[in-house]
Amino acid sequence: MNKTIKSVLFYALVLAVILISVFPFYYAVVTSFRSGTALFSTSLWPFPVDLKNYFVIFQEQPFGTNIINSIIVATSVVVFSLAIAVTASYALARIHFRGRGLLLMTVLSVSMFPQVAILSGMFELIRSLGVYNSLPGLIIPNTVLTLPFTVWVLTTFMKELPKELEEAAIVDGASPLTIVVRVFMPLMWPALVTTGLLAFISAWNEFLFALTFTLSNEVRTVPVAIALMSGGSEHELPWGNIMAASVVVTTPIVALVLIFQRKIVAGLTAGAVKG
Amino acid sequence: MTFAVLQRSGSPGKTHHSDLTMEKIRSAWLFLLPMIITLAAVAGWPLIRTIWLGFTNANLTDLTVTEFIGFENYLSFYEGEAYGLLVDPDWWNAVWNTVWFTLVSVSLETVFGMGVALILHANFKGRGIVRTAVLIPWAIPTIVSAQMWGWMLHDQFGVVNEILLTLGIINNPIAWTADPDIAMWAVIMVDVWKTTPFMALLILAGLQMLPEDIYEAAHVDGIHPVKVFFNVTLPLIKPALLVAVIFRALDALRIFDLIYVLTSSSTSTMSMSVYARQQLVDFQEMGYGSAATTLLFLIIAALTVITITAGKLKLGEEA
Repeated sequence: MNKTIKSVLFYALVLAVILISVFPFYYAVVTSFRSGTALFSTSLWPFPVDLKNYFVIFQEQPFGTNIINSIIVATSVVVFSLAIAVTASYALARIHFRGRGLLLMTVLSVSMFPQVAILSGMFELIRSLGVYNSLPGLIIPNTVLTLPFTVWVLTTFMKELPKELEEAAIVDGASPLTIVVRVFMPLMWPALVTTGLLAFISAWNEFLFALTFTLSNEVRTVPVAIALMSGGSEHELPWGNIMAASVVVTTPIVALVLIFQRKIVAGLTAGAVKG
Repeated sequence: MTFAVLQRSGSPGKTHHSDLTMEKIRSAWLFLLPMIITLAAVAGWPLIRTIWLGFTNANLTDLTVTEFIGFENYLSFYEGEAYGLLVDPDWWNAVWNTVWFTLVSVSLETVFGMGVALILHANFKGRGIVRTAVLIPWAIPTIVSAQMWGWMLHDQFGVVNEILLTLGIINNPIAWTADPDIAMWAVIMVDVWKTTPFMALLILAGLQMLPEDIYEAAHVDGIHPVKVFFNVTLPLIKPALLVAVIFRALDALRIFDLIYVLTSSSTSTMSMSVYARQQLVDFQEMGYGSAATTLLFLIIAALTVITITAGKLKLGEEA
């Protein structure tokens, strides 16, 4: 009897956790199907489905361009960061040299430091390079976000690979670069995918730099576009459009996270607790 | 743990094959060069320039007339009156808001995260569904969750007010994001919703590393689960928990996007980052704003150094 009550309570708690986690996204989907006066209804029932908002954001606003901007910026940053991080993390994880501890600490500090602390220096840099209000002007500052993180996580992964691997290669006279490319890279693919995905998400979500270093709607990334979105007319509440845009950009990310959930959890914990 | 990485760094390499070791070390620096150059260019240089700009009267409208003014942005006296960041009540309000936000939200996230982690650690039907559901708030971009909640907390048409009114919990709609007494709680609530999954996953990873047999022994001895939790589980996962809390706290101290979107620049919720950006961009006061970001950087850097040193010392004692 006591046991039944306990398990009922437990499942009630579980249900509450699921509801609280999922409801806001569900409600965003419901709202995205409503426009005009239908927005005043707080009904939780999604029907009737009206897709007007989805047409509006792509036809009356450059949201398609915003998505392409985000994809370009996030992909470039991730590819660039991974390319640099692979060799760097090999050196940091597998080679003993003076100053390694200091370097690792620097990398960790940079990934912890507040982006706003470099805002004016970065602004100046971007203006002097002539890339203000353009996509390269977003790729440069985003590197601050993704590079230290990628190096840190990949170093953690690299440390876990068995030592025998490279010892055999060294005996065979392989150079360090050959070891990285031939021995480690094939084993690192899962780690690279996970790290790349996490870095992609953080670049995709980046807001402060994207807000500050762009002026026109055509070069904005998705988060800035969503934050600054306005309605079709002055009297119209833009919430339907905002929710439609939110659903469009969140669905792929949520899908990716759910597909790769085990890998992502491993990557997150490698960045923080394992070592 | 994380800091173990730093531990082994001092140990000298093997000296048998000194040529080989030398070559390895040389290639290590070669491998590190692109990263070092990039970080110096995109983090080091802008940081130095920002600190420098904090000592100038730079204005965004015309950067060519920038002059060095020493500590005037921080503190200056003019006809007996003190001016500058250190006596600016708005800055200290932002500092206090940020600290309060960090303390409350990280505490709540730790408690709830622990709860969710314990649920996910239990064996029951549908565990996979919970794990998947819990990941959703984490996967939603911060801006999107700020807008989603901004709409749900809307004072007139928001679903949260509607639900609370229907249930009879409140009599009048609440202006969640506009009322200065409540706005910070709205920000904390959204942040807790969004970040608890991250905490839960980190704590869960700690829980999964615990040896099973302790629990079997405790179960055989008939010790109450609550007692087991406080006497066994908590001390054992404390290191993992501390790392998670530190990561979250450092992240919370630099909060910008959520507050910017949910409550814009209301003074009741303004964080250090929001304040600094407002000075820099909205008021064009690049010198003053840079001074603010420098202070913010110093506060967080000091906390980071203290934490890393503390972690290193502690691990050193254990080793």
